[in-house]
Amino acid sequence: MFYTKTANRQYFSAAIGVCAVAALSYPFTEIIGYRSVALLLLLTVSVLAMRLNLYPVLLAAFLSALIWDFFFIPPKFTFHVNDYGDVLMLGMYFVIALLNGVLTSRIRFFEQLARRKEARAATLKLYDTLFNSLSHELRTPIATILGASDNLLTANANLTEQDKGKLYEQINAASERLQRLTENLLNLSRLESGFLQPKLDWCDVSELIYTAVNSLEQELKNHKVKVEIPDNMPLVKLDFGLMEQALYNILYNAALHTPAGTAISIGAEYIDLQCVITIADNGPGFPKEDLDSVFEKFYRSKNAKPGGLGLGLSITKGFVDAHKGQIKVENQWGGGAKFTIQIPAEANYLNLVDDEQCDHLGH
Amino acid sequence: MNNATILVIDDEAPIRKLLEITLNAHDFRMTEAASGKEGLVAAAMHPPDLILLDLGLPDDDGHNILVKLREWYAAPVIILSARNSESDIVRALDNGANDYLVKPFRTGELLARIRSALRLSQKSEASPVKEFGDLTLDLAARTVKKNGEILHLTSTEYSLLTLLAQNEGKVLTHQHILRTIWGPAYTTQSQYLRVYIGQLRKKIEDNPNQPRFILTESGIGYRFMG
Repeated sequence: MFYTKTANRQYFSAAIGVCAVAALSYPFTEIIGYRSVALLLLLTVSVLAMRLNLYPVLLAAFLSALIWDFFFIPPKFTFHVNDYGDVLMLGMYFVIALLNGVLTSRIRFFEQLARRKEARAATLKLYDTLFNSLSHELRTPIATILGASDNLLTANANLTEQDKGKLYEQINAASERLQRLTENLLNLSRLESGFLQPKLDWCDVSELIYTAVNSLEQELKNHKVKVEIPDNMPLVKLDFGLMEQALYNILYNAALHTPAGTAISIGAEYIDLQCVITIADNGPGFPKEDLDSVFEKFYRSKNAKPGGLGLGLSITKGFVDAHKGQIKVENQWGGGAKFTIQIPAEANYLNLVDDEQCDHLGH
Repeated sequence: MNNATILVIDDEAPIRKLLEITLNAHDFRMTEAASGKEGLVAAAMHPPDLILLDLGLPDDDGHNILVKLREWYAAPVIILSARNSESDIVRALDNGANDYLVKPFRTGELLARIRSALRLSQKSEASPVKEFGDLTLDLAARTVKKNGEILHLTSTEYSLLTLLAQNEGKVLTHQHILRTIWGPAYTTQSQYLRVYIGQLRKKIEDNPNQPRFILTESGIGYRFMG
């Protein structure tokens, strides 16, 4: 369907192009001579050949030859040709126009082939990198678990209590790492399935933000987290679970990639029917050349600590997109990264009503 | 409370083994069933004090088993499942599950949930006064005290707090709370719930932003911890 549509458009452009040039040159035939018109038409066919496929170009070649013969070669308005020179010229015109079309389209075919090959190589390279990092991320914790448990099973008698304790801890930490990775991969496949439907419900944005912050208490214990939400912030309709996960991933990222002591400030506002949440830190920020790819799947900054697949922020973006919202990241003037999430959401100001009055509303 | 019998209905042998070791180490007795049908029979033959039920069973969906169990079985049922979708969790809780733990779970967390479910099912209603740290709830006098001082609660706030506190340790779904406090017509009016939870936290929590009594279960409901 798509193909025939574009194909039809190509034949149409070929015919229109030739007719237009013929029509434009017609009034000037007396001045420039009908033989120059042949060159103009030939030029038109060449230009068309640069953009169109083979068959539309052949159409242009045929059509222009016929038009030249009919409208320009005397006697006009017949296909009859008197002059031998004109016969030769018409024949030559025909051959050159056809060759032109065939050669150009062959060049373009090879160009396309080369481009496709290049793209394939790039995909292959990307796949290789991903596959390597995925297998590394999966195998490392498994290796730790297998190694540590093997040790405990077979060499138990030779291990000190302290060694055993360390092995148990390693098993535990590796399992947590696998668990996080699994969650991210599952979330990613949930997003890619295209079936993710946010379940919108009234949310207290402060509760939402603090739920994410509190669940990272351990990871953020060396960071200075500040939350600022204006008193007149309404309730907004969002998917609490998805948004909590979205914020969690940004905060987890900040906890992991900014040094201890970094300040993280989180803000929320309701402006222009949008819930706007910002998360800013005064850490090192993102490398400038990476700013555009921060939300891409498997993006990992070159200076990032090893470990991790680069899925967290792409999942955040996915969950924000699912709300028809937008997310962007920038480096702040004074240093540090700043994420801004904007989500179109309904608001409800019931939370600003005095508690006694509110009691009467509900009953 | 110890020596309580726990029936595990799970088709995965390694999980049953893990649970057996964990539960035995904490003085629970464990019986097991590897399928839904087996589980129903085992529960009927020797009714346990608590059931740990997996949702992904080979013969029947765990949700159905839960419904069948609840026709006659009143003691706590805790769901232990790899499914972590909010809809599965809410459905199970609405069908009468007392709690829901997603695999992989922490054994410490599991034991805490088991203990709190058993405590809740065996509680004696003798005393109308409930104490949770510095928070005291007097059901007879209808007063709530924090650090010995009486808190001024509206009647809705009081009902909400009582409902949560009487189900200490258990997740109550948004729907359940709305239906119980505001009535069946209000089950979709979650804005009321959000507002009242916020107000209650401001009154009873030391830090409303890091609540210790009323915990948020994202997308599911609230849990009161004493």
